Amino acid sequence: MNIWMLLAIVAMIFLVIFQISKASEYVSILKGEKRSREQSNKINAFLMLAFLIVGLYGAWWCHKELAPETLFPQGSASEEGKQIDFMFIVTLYVTGFIFLVTQIALFVFSYMYQEKEGRKAFFLPHNNKLELIWTIIPAIVLTVLVVIGLRHWFKITGDPPPNSMVVEITGQQFGWTYRYPGPDGELGKKNYKLINLLNNGLGQDWEDKANFDDVSPSKMFLVKNKPVKLVIGSKDVIHDVGLPHFRLKMDAVPGIPTTLWFTPIYTTAEMRTRLNKPDFEFEIVCDQLCGASHYAMRGVIEVVTQEEFDVEMAKLKPNYLAANPTKDPANAKPVVADSSKVVTAIMPPAATTVVRN
Amino acid sequence: MEATQHAQDSLIAVVPQHDEEHGHHHHHESFVSKYIFSQDHKTISKQFLITGIIWAIIGGLFSVLFRLQLGYPDSTFPWLEDILGRWAPGGKLSAEFYYALVTIHGTVLVFFVLTAGLSGTFSNLLIPLQIGARDMASPMLNMLSYWFFFSAGVVMLSSLFIQTGPFSGGWTAYPPLSALHEASPGSKLGVDLWITAMALFVISSLLGGLNYIVTILNMRTKGMTMTRLPLTIWAFFFTAVLGVLSFPVLFSGFILLLFDRNLGTSFYLSDIFIQATERALPNEGGSAILYQHLFWFLGHPEVYIILLPAMGMASEILSTNSRKPIFGYMAMVASLFSITILAFLVWAHHMFVTGLNPFLGSIFVLLTLLIAVPSAIKVFNWLTTIWRGNIRFTPAMLFALGFVSLFISGGLTGIFLGNSALDIHLHDTYFVIAHFHIVMGVASFFGMFAGVYHWFPKMFGRYLNNTLGYIHFWGTIICAYCIFWPMHYEGLAGMPRRYFDMSQWKTFSQFGELNKFITIVSILSFALQLLFVFNFFYSMFKGRKLQTKNPWNSNTLEWTTPIDTGHGNWPGDIPEVYRWAYDYGKDGIDHIPQTVPVGANESDQH
Repeated sequence: MNIWMLLAIVAMIFLVIFQISKASEYVSILKGEKRSREQSNKINAFLMLAFLIVGLYGAWWCHKELAPETLFPQGSASEEGKQIDFMFIVTLYVTGFIFLVTQIALFVFSYMYQEKEGRKAFFLPHNNKLELIWTIIPAIVLTVLVVIGLRHWFKITGDPPPNSMVVEITGQQFGWTYRYPGPDGELGKKNYKLINLLNNGLGQDWEDKANFDDVSPSKMFLVKNKPVKLVIGSKDVIHDVGLPHFRLKMDAVPGIPTTLWFTPIYTTAEMRTRLNKPDFEFEIVCDQLCGASHYAMRGVIEVVTQEEFDVEMAKLKPNYLAANPTKDPANAKPVVADSSKVVTAIMPPAATTVVRN
Repeated sequence: MEATQHAQDSLIAVVPQHDEEHGHHHHHESFVSKYIFSQDHKTISKQFLITGIIWAIIGGLFSVLFRLQLGYPDSTFPWLEDILGRWAPGGKLSAEFYYALVTIHGTVLVFFVLTAGLSGTFSNLLIPLQIGARDMASPMLNMLSYWFFFSAGVVMLSSLFIQTGPFSGGWTAYPPLSALHEASPGSKLGVDLWITAMALFVISSLLGGLNYIVTILNMRTKGMTMTRLPLTIWAFFFTAVLGVLSFPVLFSGFILLLFDRNLGTSFYLSDIFIQATERALPNEGGSAILYQHLFWFLGHPEVYIILLPAMGMASEILSTNSRKPIFGYMAMVASLFSITILAFLVWAHHMFVTGLNPFLGSIFVLLTLLIAVPSAIKVFNWLTTIWRGNIRFTPAMLFALGFVSLFISGGLTGIFLGNSALDIHLHDTYFVIAHFHIVMGVASFFGMFAGVYHWFPKMFGRYLNNTLGYIHFWGTIICAYCIFWPMHYEGLAGMPRRYFDMSQWKTFSQFGELNKFITIVSILSFALQLLFVFNFFYSMFKGRKLQTKNPWNSNTLEWTTPIDTGHGNWPGDIPEVYRWAYDYGKDGIDHIPQTVPVGANESDQH
């Protein structure tokens, strides 16, 4: 019932506004064009000024309410992100200053120079000096911003530090699979044609010995203060590894592996205490539209200490053994239940519970 | 003043004589040739505008529907099921259809409304009228341009009614999502129809654009040198150049996509395993990133195709209603020109997180931030134009001022996004949504509204209702800021765009109340636009009639034509032009139309 009620009310309001507007047009004809113009000029000039004042107050209020809800108060959770936060603040001050100057000029001029009896507009077609000033100053300011930006850009897109660990992350509709190189420190070869949803979700090539010790946990474990290089890929459409807490992001493109490196500086546990949020998690956000369940493509990063990390890794059984149960040293025992457990570990939660609407 | 009077007198003297002649040399027009397959640029412009309005209502309505989902993710609206059927089972949008709405909203508003509806309308209306030509260089191609646009609309509309649903992969249509039938229901027939519609649209744009360029270069009246052109015409000229040079690239991108979809080619596809069908595709060696280059080679100029006409019209309207010349005419032309050049050289700033070569990325950062310089020049020149003016707040003037305000607000956030390192964090979040909706969406809409309020009297010989105009302006600018300003903060919390539901996320699910607020305001804003549409159609037939040829005391040529302008525009000879379009307040004279010869005692030209 209420939608039709609502529409009826809207129609009524329309009708009232329309009648008032029509009446005001008749009134203005009676008053004469000049007088009614003077009147609406006054009202609108005043509204310009009011809009500026209320608008600036509104912007300040909005900032006060919403800024604490953003990621900035908690700071970057990666070393590299700190510089991005710094850039943001610098850019914010520069643009904020220009914003205030130009918006205030716009609305104050509108108010000050409203049409008045006897006022003559000032004939000013151009002034080369002024124009030169506001070409050069923005150019200099922008150069500064570009230099700050590019220095950091080259740093974070450059080679990762030599002591980095490597983690592979692969997107598919609609979830992430992680792979660690294992003790040999080398990720084995993959071929998408070898993908088999039962026991080889990534298409690992079992001919390659480097694959024998590769493991796939159900979430991404990273070590505090240890740089990590992500090798990013996709099995189907373009996804994006979005890491808002670390201020980073990189597309996952089928056929074209990409990389990204950063250094986490807080463990998940530390973040929980810092923010006083016991359920805090570093989330991997898919930032590139990838289909109907794009919005549910969630991954989790757990940043831990080196000791905790070693414990977690030791718990995992290599994907190779899960796919080739006969090679398992523990093959004397029945492996059925065991291997199925590992398979579910390979498959990320989102992929097994694909949301279909 | 004397000179003005003289010119007007002499024009009036010419009119009756030619009215007699009118019937002789003019062919008889049937309803069809006058209103449907018309070759008169003024009628075609109205066709573009009204079609644009219809698409704006559809696109706007779609945004209201998906805002309902974003604002009220846990509620159901039974009436949604009544109108959408299985796309909204139980009164809740399906994710698939949500994405279809988002996609069609973007496509329709960017291309059908803000390209065809904006530059299609005003290039058609103003180019011949302001340069002093009887019509476009090729009225026939001009008519075809509209009908290709119309057919693009028909195909796009039809895609809403097919069984697998309209395309749902975003207005950018990135493959492989858009290339693989199995990737999503919306990637089935919906994409083929979408591409067909877009291909027809590209043809329409090219026919229109070529026509605009040729007309402006070749058909200016005597005395109308390029440097005497109103800034509107310069803006339309550069817009057309942008379109003609970049739309074909998009077209090629679409055709390759069509091949990949239906003919088994691998331009964009490589190493793909489809989860749903458990199938590894044979395609190897293609690059999904290639498409993005082709798309953004149009995609970024497209932003300026949308913005430049709004800039041109705002310049004209600000000057006219400040009763002052536009400040720095040559600098304005030069900045339009440099924006046009730079628009072609910045496309990869949409691709900073695709794994682009960092060195290449740095070049695009430099060129992208460079574009802020001509933009800054324009803003400062507009501010100086109203400084010490004698401002008349017509609804058109208000919208032009609103355009400047929004252009500043949205333009400044571009400085964040153009800087690649910072963009990594902000890319694909609501910060981007806020940025481009303000600077390209709402600002251009404001330019368009300014144009409609300003030239409505020329189009229909009647005024729009002023009071409704004022309500429309104040309501819309307040709504626009209330909707998009807070979105920046959502983006800064990492909230990604194109999310159907945020509730399962820990990082950015705290904005429930804000999302409700935004939804309510956007519904209000939509209602306000309907008020404008009502004003538009009502005033077309019942509005206050124009008493004078030149209601805004403007200098440009379109106001020298009779109120009821016939096909051919001027009943007698085309007027000659003696000066630029911005002699407002010169030597103490309120305005000196372009048709007035330079007086003996007049001070120097600009």
